[in-house]
Amino acid sequence: MNTQTGIVEPSFLEHKGKYTGIFSWIFSTDHKRIALLYLFSILSFFVVGATLGLLMKFELIAPGKTIMTPEAYNAFFTLHGIVMIFAVVIPGLPAVFGNFLLPIMIGAKDVAFPRLNLLSWYLYVAGVSLVLISQFAGQGPPDTGWTFYAPYSFRTAGNMLPAVFGAFVLGFSSILTGLNFLVTMHRMRAPGMTWLKMPLFPWTLYATGWVQLLATPIIGITLLMIVAERTLHIGFFDPTLGGDPLLYQHLFWTYSHPAVYIMILPAMGAISEIITTFAHKTIFGYKFMVVSALAIAFVGYFVWGHHMFTSGMSGTALYTFSLLTFLVAIPSAIKVFNWISTMHQGSLDLQTPFFWAAAFIFVFMVGGFSGLILGSLAANVHLHNTHFVVAHFHFIVFGGTGFAFFGAMHYWYPKITGRMYDTRWANIGLVLFFIGFITLYGPMFYLGFKGMPRRYYDYDEVFHAGNIISTMGSWVLYSGLAVIIINLFASLKGGIKAPADPWGGKTLEWTVPSPPPVENFDEIPVITKGPYDYQ
Amino acid sequence: MEKEKDHIIPYRTFLYVLALLIALTLTSVAITQIYLGTLTVVIALLIAAVKSSFVLRIFMHLKFENKIISIAVVAVVLVLAAVIFITFLDYLYR
Amino acid sequence: MSTTPELHRDDQASKIGMWFFLFTEMLLFGGLFIVYSIYRFRNAEAFHQAAHELSIPIGTINTIILLISSTTIAMSVTAIQKKDKKLALILLCTTIVLGLAFLVNKYFEWGAHLKEHIYPGSSVLALRGQGDVLFYGLYFFMTGLHALHIIIGLIFIAVITRMIYKDKLNSESYALHENSGLYWHLVDLIWIFLFPLFYLIT
Repeated sequence: MNTQTGIVEPSFLEHKGKYTGIFSWIFSTDHKRIALLYLFSILSFFVVGATLGLLMKFELIAPGKTIMTPEAYNAFFTLHGIVMIFAVVIPGLPAVFGNFLLPIMIGAKDVAFPRLNLLSWYLYVAGVSLVLISQFAGQGPPDTGWTFYAPYSFRTAGNMLPAVFGAFVLGFSSILTGLNFLVTMHRMRAPGMTWLKMPLFPWTLYATGWVQLLATPIIGITLLMIVAERTLHIGFFDPTLGGDPLLYQHLFWTYSHPAVYIMILPAMGAISEIITTFAHKTIFGYKFMVVSALAIAFVGYFVWGHHMFTSGMSGTALYTFSLLTFLVAIPSAIKVFNWISTMHQGSLDLQTPFFWAAAFIFVFMVGGFSGLILGSLAANVHLHNTHFVVAHFHFIVFGGTGFAFFGAMHYWYPKITGRMYDTRWANIGLVLFFIGFITLYGPMFYLGFKGMPRRYYDYDEVFHAGNIISTMGSWVLYSGLAVIIINLFASLKGGIKAPADPWGGKTLEWTVPSPPPVENFDEIPVITKGPYDYQ
Repeated sequence: MEKEKDHIIPYRTFLYVLALLIALTLTSVAITQIYLGTLTVVIALLIAAVKSSFVLRIFMHLKFENKIISIAVVAVVLVLAAVIFITFLDYLYR
Repeated sequence: MSTTPELHRDDQASKIGMWFFLFTEMLLFGGLFIVYSIYRFRNAEAFHQAAHELSIPIGTINTIILLISSTTIAMSVTAIQKKDKKLALILLCTTIVLGLAFLVNKYFEWGAHLKEHIYPGSSVLALRGQGDVLFYGLYFFMTGLHALHIIIGLIFIAVITRMIYKDKLNSESYALHENSGLYWHLVDLIWIFLFPLFYLIT
């Protein structure tokens, strides 16, 4: 309600602008609508990727052929990776929650470049369309894995060009989002909000923005080089022409490792917000949380070789990358310590978002420790390209970013929709999901350790039992997912109306109505206190 | 929204810098004609770096902008240099 | 959404945004510099020899063309700030002409190579050996990508030239002009490094 005129402003969902119907969404430059456009697209592709995963797991329930040919299996895991990495987890939290919450959390009316924001969504749609086209046109879907390794990626008959171009365009979308957020935080913080009064979710978006800006162009140019290999036979990665396939791997991972920090940093920021709110206590070690986020972004830029330990690099490179990999774990550990310390002697409100945050810490630590194991050179020789790696990255990416995404979804649901979700079904969904998750990915550590390779359509009978358990886990996970998503949709109509601040949060988004009006604030607030001002 | 007093660079300054840049270009052409082994590349790149700093500081106005942008430019170059350095740790010692 | 764009206009934000975008361009070409440095290291002699086949006079002239064009566009910003619309337009048109001259030179340079059947994927090139394949692969790819950026830059400059002609940009509002200049200077900067790395490493 506008305190001066006494008029209740319509929420951004009800706002009547220049366009009507669907055009009021796809032509909107309102950061909140763009966030929801992204949510719709990303959720759709998540379901596509998850279904692919479900079918892959079903194939693996028994050795030999179950439901698909080996060629189909290769195409499945390629698309699963491309969709999940480029279309879901990298845009994920920044595009949805960053877009919706960042301006509000810093006291701004929108991002710095609203039209560029809409453009980044258009590029997202164009990119995923190209990826989908690669499945159906030409000589058959790509079968290289999402990593597009040379020389196979320029020798295979599969449809590489649309897939590679799609990834390129998606990269551009990511760059523009990061650029927009960086400038927004530099120029549009509310009066009195110094950098060190900015909440932690924006801070992690800031660190992420630099990674998006400085790492993504490297994969851009690398993908263009693959295009040049396929079309012009340029020779950069072709050993018969003097090129080095290993150089492709260097370039690819120089982006794709920092990319995982694009995935995890905003997740960590969201977890910080959730834990602080539900502990009703200021985050422990705010400055360390800020510095550790920046440190993860920075050090994470130099560890890419740990994806290449068995590929033939020099000994010097091996131990340099291993050392740096261990170093980058330290700031993450600091964050975990600070989250636990925040909870300690806090006044815990046990709500769904908090459960997601607690689950996050557990799976993130499992994923993180398994990463340290993989970062040890000797262990890596045994574990590289086995299911141990698959378990590691699903725990840390799906567990990390995925759990944080669902936590954020429930935490900010009242703010975005103006409704409360059904708590009982939300928690049932979470429990199903968690049990499914552990059952699906846990056995993979064991299977990998025992020697089961990854990206293999078939396996030795000795791995059968573990695979049966894992596949059944995928069914439980998928049903948990269904319960969660259906509950969130059903609560749009049936949920009770949410107040501005259902959780007792202290950051700025809880001072505006649920859902917020178009320009977020009647008057830009003047900030005098830190972001987590609990007594 | 206050209007900042925009800094105006005189035409003459640009022309002086241009003269310097052309001189440096011709110098680099001349020097690299002499055989100096590996030093040739180093000198050529050093001259290129000097030319770049003039383009950045005068043409692109960095000398008169907020220092933070200059720091960012240097940081980006250093990050790229670090990536090249680390990549060479592989290729040099294979 | 906003009915008074002037109140929401932030020229400093636009400038910072353009600088951040330039960082992405620096890293884009940076990836190619990584490839160049590795392959030069591994094929030093071949690169050395192949560089002899490039025309230093044309390369030097092109370098100077771009330096002058950077000067003219920088001076055009001063002209706009001093409300000298006519001089600004002359300088911007000069910039465009110089940019086009660069492209014409490139066309003849590439043409000469193509006539000798030296281009990525050609059997003639493959027969010359791996070092040559990599040198010319990098040469065509990097100068080609650079030429693409020249074209993009010229389009930006043409757009703002027209806007100045139509009085849509002036001494009160010239952020778009400045930012197009920044983009053009970046294109110049990249060439400042490409020139010695391909032409002068003989």
